[in-house]
Amino acid sequence: MTAELRTVLPPQERVGEPEPRPFAGRQGRSDKVFTRVTFLSGVAVLAIMGAVGFFLTLESTDALGRVGFSFLTTSVWEPDRGEFGIKAVLTFTVLIALVAVAIAFPISMATALFIVEIAPRRVKSWLVSLVDLMAAVPSVVYGLWGAFLMQGQVIGLSRWINTWFGWIPLFSVDGADPGNPLSNATVYTASTFVAGVVVAMMVMPIQCVVMREVFSQVPPGEREGAFALGATRWGMIRVVTLPFGRGGIIGGTMLGLGRALGETIAVYMIISSRFDISFHVLESGSNSVSALIALRYAEASDFGLSALFSAGLSLFLITLVVNFTASWFVARSRSGADSEA
Amino acid sequence: MTEQGVTSVTDQGPTIRIDEPRAGDAPSETTAVDGHVVFDVRDLSVYYGPFRAVRDANLHIRQHEITAFIGPSGCGKTTVLRCFNRMNDFIETARVEGTINYHGVDLYDPQVNSTEVRRRIGMVFQKPNPFPKSIYDNVAYGPRLAGMKKKAELDDVVEKSLRGAALWDEVKDRLKNSGLGLSGGQQQRLCIARAIAVDPEVILMDEPCSALDPIATARIEDLMQEIKSKFTIVIVTHNMQQAARVSDRTAFFTTEVNPESDRRTGVLVEYDLTKKIFSNPGDERTEQYVTGRFG
Repeated sequence: MTAELRTVLPPQERVGEPEPRPFAGRQGRSDKVFTRVTFLSGVAVLAIMGAVGFFLTLESTDALGRVGFSFLTTSVWEPDRGEFGIKAVLTFTVLIALVAVAIAFPISMATALFIVEIAPRRVKSWLVSLVDLMAAVPSVVYGLWGAFLMQGQVIGLSRWINTWFGWIPLFSVDGADPGNPLSNATVYTASTFVAGVVVAMMVMPIQCVVMREVFSQVPPGEREGAFALGATRWGMIRVVTLPFGRGGIIGGTMLGLGRALGETIAVYMIISSRFDISFHVLESGSNSVSALIALRYAEASDFGLSALFSAGLSLFLITLVVNFTASWFVARSRSGADSEA
Repeated sequence: MTEQGVTSVTDQGPTIRIDEPRAGDAPSETTAVDGHVVFDVRDLSVYYGPFRAVRDANLHIRQHEITAFIGPSGCGKTTVLRCFNRMNDFIETARVEGTINYHGVDLYDPQVNSTEVRRRIGMVFQKPNPFPKSIYDNVAYGPRLAGMKKKAELDDVVEKSLRGAALWDEVKDRLKNSGLGLSGGQQQRLCIARAIAVDPEVILMDEPCSALDPIATARIEDLMQEIKSKFTIVIVTHNMQQAARVSDRTAFFTTEVNPESDRRTGVLVEYDLTKKIFSNPGDERTEQYVTGRFG
């Protein structure tokens, strides 16, 4: 029996001349409305951001005009004496944010990898909602939790770090006596570190969501390619997932940093404010730009308010830069066209 | 997987099992000079959740032969192929029944390390999927996983593998360039080089040419003939001419529709020498398919 393949084309029929069908016509009404509405909301976002920036600048001109550049180099905050600056508060803000990111980064990365690569499907959806829930907890709750519950636990950790790693300047504490087990714990309370730990819990979900999103976009072909060569899960993650997700890892971390810089109420509830710069993160006392504003605005004079607006403006600009850098990294990550193999 | 040792598998003629023979189906027997049996597949059924994707497949894959799986979409040929190196493990709902013996060792035995299976049984995919790394690193990836560290040894393996995949002359001056910069056909040959770099015994190919133009396809087909003496190849293809051109044996799969659930299940209709499948198939469905009247 021989294989023979014959294709029979259907007979061509001609029924008169085809009628010309015009292309003219109007764009549908609903489409127009939709375009307008979405365009307007897009513009509104820009307008609001612009308005916030404009308002902050306007309100802070009074104070900034008085002290000028020394606003950046002064540590104390005595606006009514004409002496104020963000040197100390900004340093502490950045320190808290860095502590938070340093703690949140490994947790969120491990969680994201677990969710995407390892967790069975049922656990996966549970974990995803749990992490999202973490992001939804109001920060005042984190503040309460941090101030009244966590603090007691973290102090033990602080003491341990101080005892063993106190020789590193970052972890040394003035007035601590690691040799004495009964020494007073108050030198460790209300510190940059405690605030950082609590902020880390708030930062973690954001970082985790971004990383999870990028990791889950890894082309399945590359993943299978690695497995088919006898890669273990970790081998595959190292050669495929992590390089692919690099942009998302950096971007997500920076988004978290942006969030950490602006965190107000939880930090406010935990720290006791100080204005002498100290890089000893375990040491009692810390500060932050937003906590300063929250603490002072109620009883501020008009000029004091303007000074607080200047602090707010500086924070606004910094978070803007951090977030834009973050989204630049995310957008540049290789989740685009050349990778759908 | 403790021993690579070969096989006291009974060397009977290639059994052609048409499953659940119906009236009119006469199981045919052919005799040929047969190589060792590499895969002995018995009563293989694969489930995705409650849904049975393939049922009761029985076949022998023989050493240094090219075996082609053909059949319409959804007939389970890729599913069966991916059982051979346990790639279905990554699909959470997938479940395998029956046995696949690889040189007498049951691949799905709990003692078997699936990572080790994949080192021994390589795979080339439908879409070329080089890693976003240099050509050199792509090929060296597998050997490095297996613990090879010395630069000289790696250089050697990379060159040998690229020569083996007929790619060396085209890329020898740009081994440091990204594998993604190559053309589709070159990428696919890079993937073949990457697969043979770990010195597997079997290479599974899942429609390796479906994303390639005819010239690149011809090169891959030539390559398959060249490396056949060293490896055992199983290829899934949608292209019947390709199966007829390259393979020694052909397995024809088709789908059965379950009248109750309206779900399709793949069945192995016929497995025989390629010559016979394309000239004198034993089953009416095979004949309809290879003559283009169906599928």
